[in-house]
Amino acid sequence: MGCPHCGRVHEAPGPDMCVRCGWRLAANVPDTSLQWVWAWFFAGLIAYIPANIYPMLRTQSLGRTSESTILEGVVELLHYGSYSVAIIVFVASIAIPIGKFFAIAYLALSIQRKVRQGVHGRYRLYEVVEFIGRWSMIDVFVVAILAALVQLDFAATINPGIAAISFALSVAFTMLSAQSFNPKTIWAYGDHSKT
Amino acid sequence: MIACPTCDALYTLPDVAEGARARCRRCHTVLTAPRNGAMTRIVMLASTSFILMLAAIFFPFLELTAAGRTQRSSIMDVVLVFADGPFVGLAIAVGALIVVLPLLRLLALIYVLAPMSFGWRPARDAIPVFRFSERIKPWSMAEIFIVGVAVALIKVAGLAHLSLGPAFWAFAALVLVVALKDNFMCRLTIWKTLEHRRQ
Repeated sequence: MGCPHCGRVHEAPGPDMCVRCGWRLAANVPDTSLQWVWAWFFAGLIAYIPANIYPMLRTQSLGRTSESTILEGVVELLHYGSYSVAIIVFVASIAIPIGKFFAIAYLALSIQRKVRQGVHGRYRLYEVVEFIGRWSMIDVFVVAILAALVQLDFAATINPGIAAISFALSVAFTMLSAQSFNPKTIWAYGDHSKT
Repeated sequence: MIACPTCDALYTLPDVAEGARARCRRCHTVLTAPRNGAMTRIVMLASTSFILMLAAIFFPFLELTAAGRTQRSSIMDVVLVFADGPFVGLAIAVGALIVVLPLLRLLALIYVLAPMSFGWRPARDAIPVFRFSERIKPWSMAEIFIVGVAVALIKVAGLAHLSLGPAFWAFAALVLVVALKDNFMCRLTIWKTLEHRRQ
């Protein structure tokens, strides 16, 4: 079996840790990685609900207070006419998280059902999920920057809303979920082509 | 002999020419991509990013003018916005993601690779340190922060006049240098060299 980190080859009933780099060797059966995937997945899903219901930003301008959720933030950007930024925010904080939930669930289910088809496509999907998940953090950073910058007392003040916390948590949980995947389980029941 | 880190296909790796890359035939993961003088370059680039990071933290990042008042904020202010009330956890998280973890990763890389680029024996505990730096890699989000800045700029553009401070440019340069550095990194070569030199 091979080390998932540095590729060193060990003899079959190998040690728990790679002798070269000390990474945990997960090829031992039964593979419990899926349980972790599901655990983080549901944690992320639960955190994602309040992230959409509660306000992300609290803007006080000339005595008026307005609160906006993630979706309202996108709509507001559309009203200003900055379509490209609206699309970035929409993709980063709505499309990517929801797409990620579906992608992780699909990957985990197809491993559990031992689906043999489309291994290459599924592996590609896994790579995309792992790579793109971090980018959802954009909205949290935007809130932080706005709140740090716009503190002009009466004229305008921006404060973070409670959704910022749950959204950040949701992103972190789904990142952990994607990292818990053992990519070898995708290959295990699939491709038998010559290497 | 090595096993592909993602799909376990076994290979006897030939000597890969410098500048070339070896990919797994089954899953197309890059197995190894040695670069000429990569270790020295990584150390240089990591040191550069370290200095840029220090500049980025302490100089003013953005400046906002509205109704005759000016508000300046550095990255530290961005982190500290969340510091009161229920947002403490978020302050720690944001600080970790954009400042602490990237800094730690740079320091760890310098610690591991600098002795090796001089041709010395690896430093003590180089192995756990390098493993740590690889583990925190997905969590250092400096480049995402830059995109966040861009979005925030457009959001307040109608509200007030904004100008970018020196720290913004330092941070933007940092993101580029880090990307360049990661491009030179070949995990397998580093592990092989670490193992080889330790004996």
